[in-house]
Amino acid sequence: MSTVVQAEPSRLMMSRSRLPRWALPLLGVLTVAGTAALFALTPLRGTADFVLIALPTYLLLQTIVVARVEGGRQARNRLATHALTLTFVVSLVPLVAVLGYTLTQGMRRFGLSFLTHSMRNVAESDPYGGAYHAIIGTLEQVGIAFAFAVPLGILVAIYLVEYGSGRPFARTVSFFVDVMTGLPSIVAGLFIYALWILTLGFRYSGFAGALALTLLMLPTVVRSTEEMLRLVPHGLREASLALGVRRWRTILRIVLPTAMAGIVTGVMLAIARIVGETAPLVLTVFGTNSINNDPFNGAQSALPLYIYSEAGQPNDTAIDRAWAAALTLILIVMLLNLAARLLAWWRTPKSSH
Amino acid sequence: MSQPRTPPNGARDELSMGPAVVAGRRPRGAVWDALFAGLTRTAAGLVLVLMAAIAAFLVLRAVPALRKDTVNFFTATQWSPDDTPPAFGIGALAYGTVVTSTLALLMAVPVAVGVALYLTHIAPRRLAQPMAYLVDLLAAVPSVVYGLWGLIFLVPAIGPFSAFLSERFGWIPFFASDGIFGKSMFTASVVLAIMVLPIIAAISREVFRQVPADHIEAAYALGATRWEMMRTAVLPYGRPGVISATVLGFGRALGETIAVALVLSANYQITYRILTPGGNTIAANIANTYGEAGHNGRGALIASGLVLFAITLVVNLVARSVVARRKDLSGAQG
Amino acid sequence: MAKRIDISGLNVYYGSFKAVEDIGMTVEPRSVTALIGPSGCGKSTFLRTLNRMHEVIPGARAEGKVLIDDEDIYAPGLDPVAVRRMVGMVFQRPNPFPTMTIYDNVVAGIKLQGRRRKSELDGVVERTLKSANLWGEVKDRLAKPGASLSGGQQQRLCIARAIAVEPQVLLMDEPCSALDPISTLAIEDLIRQLKERYTIVIVTHNMQQAARVSDRTAFFNIAATGKPGRLIEMGDTHKIFSNPDERATEDYISGRFG
Ligand SMILES: Nc1ncnc2c1ncn2[C@@H]1O[C@H](COP(=O)(O)OP(=O)(O)OP(=O)(O)O)[C@@H](O)[C@H]1O
Ligand SMILES: [Mg+2]
Repeated sequence: MSTVVQAEPSRLMMSRSRLPRWALPLLGVLTVAGTAALFALTPLRGTADFVLIALPTYLLLQTIVVARVEGGRQARNRLATHALTLTFVVSLVPLVAVLGYTLTQGMRRFGLSFLTHSMRNVAESDPYGGAYHAIIGTLEQVGIAFAFAVPLGILVAIYLVEYGSGRPFARTVSFFVDVMTGLPSIVAGLFIYALWILTLGFRYSGFAGALALTLLMLPTVVRSTEEMLRLVPHGLREASLALGVRRWRTILRIVLPTAMAGIVTGVMLAIARIVGETAPLVLTVFGTNSINNDPFNGAQSALPLYIYSEAGQPNDTAIDRAWAAALTLILIVMLLNLAARLLAWWRTPKSSH
Repeated sequence: MSQPRTPPNGARDELSMGPAVVAGRRPRGAVWDALFAGLTRTAAGLVLVLMAAIAAFLVLRAVPALRKDTVNFFTATQWSPDDTPPAFGIGALAYGTVVTSTLALLMAVPVAVGVALYLTHIAPRRLAQPMAYLVDLLAAVPSVVYGLWGLIFLVPAIGPFSAFLSERFGWIPFFASDGIFGKSMFTASVVLAIMVLPIIAAISREVFRQVPADHIEAAYALGATRWEMMRTAVLPYGRPGVISATVLGFGRALGETIAVALVLSANYQITYRILTPGGNTIAANIANTYGEAGHNGRGALIASGLVLFAITLVVNLVARSVVARRKDLSGAQG
Repeated sequence: MAKRIDISGLNVYYGSFKAVEDIGMTVEPRSVTALIGPSGCGKSTFLRTLNRMHEVIPGARAEGKVLIDDEDIYAPGLDPVAVRRMVGMVFQRPNPFPTMTIYDNVVAGIKLQGRRRKSELDGVVERTLKSANLWGEVKDRLAKPGASLSGGQQQRLCIARAIAVEPQVLLMDEPCSALDPISTLAIEDLIRQLKERYTIVIVTHNMQQAARVSDRTAFFNIAATGKPGRLIEMGDTHKIFSNPDERATEDYISGRFG
């Protein structure tokens, strides 16, 4: 190993004195009390300010105390531990803020009537109207993207794992799957717009949006399927081939079923990812206030599009609808995620060897 | 090959087939094998076709607009593609894109690395998994919801904070302002930071988890505290992974559209004052101006999209090469 | 049923690496032939060329002649799948198909080969599981997953799966090395019964096992690592173990190897 710790063994062996267990909690109480006193005596107010003052004060005091009694190295260790714990808490703040805000704001308009009405003949300032047309659009667009991306993605993954491994062609494909993973969604939308609408002359439609979503879903499906196929023990393929089973049947009847739970999980996560895509739909589906059940003809709506357009309105009623739609969308995504995780946990290939 | 045999009563009767079953049976099934292999290869080839088509059609649609451009497309800052004569350039857009994404990384990377360290080496074993799931959930929130939240909650909420920064640190040029805050590049980068945080955290967590146990034990054996162990064993080992995670997060931030479009009040100026309203990004500009763009305007937007595509492509290639180098490295050390 | 195998001038390569060289031997029908030799001398490699399973490995190829009852299994235009239907194989690790029940595991070969006669399957399952000495243990839980069995039972299930497609030759690559002694004895019993109907070739590292179950024994060796494996000596098991012609064979068997 090349990394060497600059430790001072002699000092370590001496096992320096340690703080008693009650010392740090006491320090915490003292800090809180001190800050409270400060707030009582000065015009300082507010929970946020309280935390912003008490927390650094405590960390500072603690570092000093520990450094005095246990030495500098221990003090740095404690400080780092606390700081790292703090980053975790900080990372949860936006999650709680976004989810909490969506829930409280969304509940104002969320409900059966919201889910079953469209925006046809609804003015932005009206306190009714709903996202039915958007839900229909999202289901159809995602459904079509699913129908394209899943079979195609699985076939590509099968090629990469079962047929192509090591070949230059497979390496090239694998490379471009990676490139596709990094494709910005707006560029996918621009491409479909340039190809489908500008060049081939079709109109805006749910189908055009589905094509863009397919591009975004495909690499995710390929990668997760590939990973799952590689987990299938080689011995199963050999056992099947040695029975005189043909390769394609071995792949479809032995390898795929063995990897199925993982593949389904990956597909669900891929769907969760594209359900919320907005940018490509702006360019290809366009959005409408009316119900359009036909994904092949004319502008449709979609939940993300609906949120985007309502959010751009100056009326509070529109903003409320945007939140309700955001809640609907988050519920769909979270349910998909949860289902995927449960399935993965439920049917992780428990190694029989 | 010995003399061909015709299968008795069709191929069904194989169970009771006697000797000499091997030779002469025309492998009907072999055709299916070839067909299926061909099918998967075609599917794989389609990936290449798609990527080529993306590049080709973007170029095809961008070139006519670029031909009519009367200013330097790469350096000019104005965006008037539908004027006569058309004048548009991505100077301001590219600047805003890079600045917001970079700021986002400055905020997200330290937190993400801290979270990853916390989850892999500090959090209680049993809770680490569900805690990691919570952080992952951040990635599951659709970007339009972040945009909505940013617009309704963050823009007003960040005003006082921006004001504080500008009052106290206004002497630093970045923080200078004329007293109006809110829909600024700073707000956009906070939203972007939240969005790339889970990506960077997840990859960093993965590499920190892969630090060989003997590296860690060696550090402890020398008497290191936990923090010293992280600094001497975990961080050096994980550095390439963290770098490539950062680059991937950068790529993601560069291309984010709707969330930025919602929280920026767009203009076409290059300014270093990140707290004041204004700024723009390539992606947000496409979403914002697409609706009103005329024929040439759409070509111009496609041209800007092509640049975005090229930038993210380069960024992703860099991330990949870092990962690849890391593999070589660990192979050499191993 | 059982067939004779004649091998002559067989070389096997992995890419440019020659793994075994110039093998020639005859495997008698209705007998058990044991392949012994130090690790890496090419026993598995050789075994896999007898049903063209080596072709599954990228870069592997064989040259030479393998005749099964005078039919060249490497004849041009011959379908390797047809060879594998005639020459079955059992692997070192028990590998029942994890998504299938015990019942489905037994008939997997028949079903996936595309022969479907549902009415016959029940009979096939009972007959083969009886041949594999497993029927009594599993007849009440045929619908349970194959992976729910013990290691030894799984291996017998894999043997049942292999003989359900009615091969004429059965190749076994260290079929007991992942098993406990009791399961090992059960498999050895099974092998002795199966040789009434099949030509069996078995690779083993266990000298006692070779002595117990095989009629003839072939000893493989390598001169040095990186050199190809060769067939040193082959003969009746009794003779190989008591009075081999070659010094190397004697050294290996008596444990004075290396
Ligand atoms: N898939 C492969 N690719 C390349 N070389 C291989 C492969 N499989 C085996 N070899 C090489 O061929 C030689 C023979 O290997 P083989 O597995 O046949 O030996 P073995 O006698 O079965 O050994 P063991 O008793 O350990 O199973 C070895 O040198 C091995 O490294
Ligand atoms: Mg072997």
